Amino acid sequence: MSAPAWLTSHADEVQAILDRYPQKRSALMPLFHLAQEVRGYVSEEDLAAIAELTGVTKAYAESVISFYSLYERKPVGKYVIHVCNNIACGLEGSAELIRHLEERLGIKAGETTPDGLITLHVTGECIAACDAAPALQVNLEYCNKVDPEKADAIIEAIRRGETPEAIGDMFGGLSLQPTAGFTKSSS
Amino acid sequence: MGFEPVLTKGIGEGDLIDIDVYEGQGGYQGLRKALKELSPAEVHEMVKESGLRGRGGAGFPTGVKWGFLPNDGRPRYLVCNADESEPATFNNRMLIEYNPHQLIEGILISAYATGAAQSFIYLRGEFKRGYDVLMRAMEQARRKGYLGKNIMGSGFDQEITVHRGAGAYICGEETGLLSSLEGGRGQPRLKPPFPAVSGLYGMPTIVNNVETLCNVPHIIYRGVEWYRSIGTEKSPGPKIYSVSGKVKRPGNYELPLGVTFAELLDLAGGLHEGRRLKGFQPGGASAPILTADHVDVPLDFDSTMEAGSMLGTAGVIVFDDTVCLVRVARYYADFFSNESCGQCTPCREGTAWKSRILRRLEEGGGTMHDLDVLRSLKRTMQGTTICLLSDASTFFVQSVLERFPEEFEAHVTAGGCPLQLEEVRSA
Ligand SMILES: Cc1cc2nc3c(=O)[nH]c(=O)nc-3n(C[C@H](O)[C@H](O)[C@H](O)COP(=O)(O)O)c2cc1C
Ligand code: SF4
Repeated sequence: MSAPAWLTSHADEVQAILDRYPQKRSALMPLFHLAQEVRGYVSEEDLAAIAELTGVTKAYAESVISFYSLYERKPVGKYVIHVCNNIACGLEGSAELIRHLEERLGIKAGETTPDGLITLHVTGECIAACDAAPALQVNLEYCNKVDPEKADAIIEAIRRGETPEAIGDMFGGLSLQPTAGFTKSSS
Repeated sequence: MGFEPVLTKGIGEGDLIDIDVYEGQGGYQGLRKALKELSPAEVHEMVKESGLRGRGGAGFPTGVKWGFLPNDGRPRYLVCNADESEPATFNNRMLIEYNPHQLIEGILISAYATGAAQSFIYLRGEFKRGYDVLMRAMEQARRKGYLGKNIMGSGFDQEITVHRGAGAYICGEETGLLSSLEGGRGQPRLKPPFPAVSGLYGMPTIVNNVETLCNVPHIIYRGVEWYRSIGTEKSPGPKIYSVSGKVKRPGNYELPLGVTFAELLDLAGGLHEGRRLKGFQPGGASAPILTADHVDVPLDFDSTMEAGSMLGTAGVIVFDDTVCLVRVARYYADFFSNESCGQCTPCREGTAWKSRILRRLEEGGGTMHDLDVLRSLKRTMQGTTICLLSDASTFFVQSVLERFPEEFEAHVTAGGCPLQLEEVRSA
């Protein structure tokens, strides 16, 4: 196994991460995140390098990474969609949204489009966008109230090569409702 | 004179990520006052006097918790719990993305009061935008001399380390969080010892929720008396209620603690046309369901408890007569089963069985005996495990069995979900 490229290309960041914690082992998760940002997933060589950096065995690093669902261990698409399938989204039609996306992308949840552009995940964890149900994330950027038309627009934006941030700006938004001036009713 | 938003003031108007905008509305005045005019003990005393109660779910008095720190010379840590993942809860995310300096200021004041050597924010991995926003805000604070060494020339030093999670509900439980922050699997630990005595790296540690810490600058800057004028005697202060489900205008509503469900529902635009209220959970997926008889219950910590539920995270989810409560229970059961960390047998096995039984009921193969098995989980899954996930996973099902037994029984007699069968028949 060869050393991953990010060890040198991101040497300063690696050092900063290690310095941030009173104990090196705490750097495991941020280093997994870093490796995943660079490669799209955490490979065997990433895992070995990170175990070495943090002074743990590879088996230990493996036991830690396997606990967390956001880490990818296999190559994924350039864009990763997470559709929320917890209660609020479920009540507002996440099942239909998932079916629609599967059809449009020609893949099942958990798969990647053949061109390597899009991976579709369904998550049972609530993504904290219940007022915007059904909601999804594109590379962790939020898209609110995704009906079939909006789903198509999101896929189009991805195919145009918009950045995840731009997609979040286009389809996300604030959940605050006005309450200034509220007074309790007399009851 | 009506309510004036405190925690959400300015959100959606100016760009509060810009430190000048934040300072323009009184930001960092609480920190200035704390560092220049007050001793750590005085800040602690004010927080205690304010009656602030933790917003992470349990409503534990913050000042009392801080008082549990032993005075034994070991380094202490402050950890902000920003793992927000209780289903139907979404106010921490907004507070972070739209008003990051308020949280930074709250952490700094709290670190000063508790004598923390270093502070951490355990940020939910999904909150990527929140992470970027916090990084930008912290950089600005550092440039102004509000973060790092000798803050505001006071001699007080503090670093805040943002630690991103990676998709695990259980890391919101404070000891699971600490295991994760230490570079381990996010597995909870037995309490006692509580984190205040033995927490991060075995050192005394305070864990507080995002919204809890966001209250602190206002308490310090505007004073205890002002703070206690908001909310109720036993649940003082403002609260951001996250409203979702079957209402016209779901969203975050900042209101004085103790607003009633009816008032909140009214603000949220009410139910959809022609629909009837079936029930609601006042505090996220873990909270027992309340019924249409409970609409006048004040949504504060004690009143919700007396009504047989809990304020929890104040994630208020509303169910109308189109919603099948067995289906809701099944969603939650799947969720808890997925998120159980697997250490304790009752939780690991119980959550999985519960999920299977509910699925069977939904699909038409359920029996009355299944309902007895579900009822027995109260005995087998409550109070028998390391952390409260096991207990939390049973509350909703138990409350529906108790308050809406007919919903479950109808699934057995009809051989599936009556609402869905109705849809099939009329189609
Ligand atoms: C299963 C489980 C999940 C939890 N998730 C969260 C969470 O996401 N955020 C949070 O602040 N507290 C959560 N808590 C509560 C924390 O354990 C802890 O009580 C809280 O962070 C303390 O902060 P507070 O005193 O400011 O409320 C959870 C508890 C349990 C049992
Ligand atoms: S109760 Fe469940 S989540 Fe909590 S420690 Fe035990 S197995 Fe893990």
